[in-house]
Amino acid sequence: MSQGPNMVVCIKQVPDSAQISVHPVTNTIMRQGVPTIINPYDLFALEAALRLRDQLGGKVTVLTMGPPMAVSALRKALGHGADEAILLSDRFFAGADTLATSYALTSAIQKLDSQHPVDLVFTGKQTIDGDTAQVGPGIARRMGLNQLTYVSAIPSIDLEAREICVHRRAEGGVQVLKTKLPCLITMLEASNEMRRGSLPDVLRSERAEIITWNAEAAGVEDLGKCGMKGSPTKVSKVFAPQPRAEKAKMIKADDGSPASLATAAIETMLAEDAGLLKVMAPQSTSA
Amino acid sequence: MAQPPAAPPAKGRAKTTELPEHLKAYKNVWVFVELEHGRVHPVSWELLTEGRKLADALGVDLCGVVLGPKAEGTDQAIAEAFHYSANRVYAVEDPLLAEYRNEPYTKAMTDLVNKHKPEILMLGATTLGRDLAGAVATTLQTGLTADCTELAIDADKSLAATRPTFGGSLLCTIMTRAARPQMSTVRPRVMAMGDPDRSRSGEVVRESLGMVEDEIVTKVLDFIPDSDTNQAQLAYADIVVAGGMGLQRPENIQLVIDLAQVLGAEYGCSRPLVQKGWMTADRQIGQTGKTIRPRLYIAAGISGAIQHRVGSEGADQILAINSDPNAPIFDFAHHGIIGDALEILPALTEAFRKRLSVDRLAG
Repeated sequence: MSQGPNMVVCIKQVPDSAQISVHPVTNTIMRQGVPTIINPYDLFALEAALRLRDQLGGKVTVLTMGPPMAVSALRKALGHGADEAILLSDRFFAGADTLATSYALTSAIQKLDSQHPVDLVFTGKQTIDGDTAQVGPGIARRMGLNQLTYVSAIPSIDLEAREICVHRRAEGGVQVLKTKLPCLITMLEASNEMRRGSLPDVLRSERAEIITWNAEAAGVEDLGKCGMKGSPTKVSKVFAPQPRAEKAKMIKADDGSPASLATAAIETMLAEDAGLLKVMAPQSTSA
Repeated sequence: MAQPPAAPPAKGRAKTTELPEHLKAYKNVWVFVELEHGRVHPVSWELLTEGRKLADALGVDLCGVVLGPKAEGTDQAIAEAFHYSANRVYAVEDPLLAEYRNEPYTKAMTDLVNKHKPEILMLGATTLGRDLAGAVATTLQTGLTADCTELAIDADKSLAATRPTFGGSLLCTIMTRAARPQMSTVRPRVMAMGDPDRSRSGEVVRESLGMVEDEIVTKVLDFIPDSDTNQAQLAYADIVVAGGMGLQRPENIQLVIDLAQVLGAEYGCSRPLVQKGWMTADRQIGQTGKTIRPRLYIAAGISGAIQHRVGSEGADQILAINSDPNAPIFDFAHHGIIGDALEILPALTEAFRKRLSVDRLAG
């Protein structure tokens, strides 16, 4: 058995928001044909775990909660080099907010932990569909793991001393933190670059077994804490933003030249807010 | 014949839509005052300004929460919280709160909430605020809505928290009716900051942390300040110039920088430019980047997708430059120039240069 760290990476399958559009008349989301992707922030978490495995050995398990179609996200993660994939799927999980999601994921991670102690749990810093950044801290809190969010680098890890040192993005600077394993890390974007999967990994991912757990198999103890029922937040309405009453006033110039348009624009802006001149402070360009 | 057992209470539904009796004691609106390295993050004052409206709508008190060592300016932070209209401040002053760490901050905050029972708790959606909010909400088993853009009080006196959803293409309103406190985070610059009233004062309630260093597993070895302080400057700049896909090529970003330099402005970009790697993520303006509220925003070659709109429409004045007269940016800009950003930007730079030198000679 490998002496390396036992790692779990939580990922989420999300609609590619760049390709979502809103129906101009009904103001509803046009989901049809919108491709799904692994939440891009989660790839930084997966890559960070894979790098630790390259360095120290150990195992990387990817875990997701979602409908059966989320299997494709897990296969993609296996193609990048993850060792094992688990799909947490049950109708009891449907409609979960972040609190209920962290409860279900925690149950599954605790089950893995009982089989073989988990040293590190990774998540992305947030998802692109929910943007809440709460599931990672939620898991950490429930499992009593040391919480390290917005991690940009993992300069050292000492499995014997059970210590890890990370760089954490803070307001106005970077914190260098040392804590004990096990811990939960949410990785910052651009902290690494996801590798291309090797050919054997890609081939393996296509036919690899995906372990599927329902609530019972994952060891969920309280179904009342799952899904819609276990979610304190409720979406009460979804709507399109109000358009501004007036459209932009177009700036015109007699000859229509860029120079005349620019001069006209400046007069218009200063007419609206003469005080602007006071805050305009040209920076020296004579560097 | 035995009486049939009383129908069991409709637990599932009631649990999520009605406030249980023991939570009805939760009162008042709380704002976390984010004090770090002796400086309060301005988002805290923005939240107190917004919190005042909510507290008035509910007819309750507005309270600040100040956590930190006395040596790092808690007195000043408390005084200022009153200036920004807090009625009361809850303070935990302890040297262990010197550098932000999740464990002691989560303990301080959850202890305060459990003892003094606020109905609403707001935090800035900064790296610190989000780290803390997630842990506190899970500990308290309550609802947390992130990155709200609008907060209001509903007919049943619950907090209606509105935020962008689906990558910023729509808005949704989220309620936490059956748990307390109702937690929300708001990104810097999303809410306007009111004017402080230096004559205001209020009551301070001090509590102790009840922790010793040995109980805290995580240690701060070092803090490396950013050399590029743009992180804060873009969000709080008076004038911002930004470019989008209309710039066509990465080298044309210089046209944006040139104009920004003449104006003493900060510069930024729309999301596609970051995705293409033309500019760094800390200069992205929009729902997934920075929210700005400048006096003047000049958007060049930016189409104006909703995700960009929610991050920039708080500007007092927006000038949009786009060659497409139907670009959505003209729906929320105040003034527009239909034209090629590559031609208009240098013309604006030149015209401003002249105008400002004339003004300076005259003034």
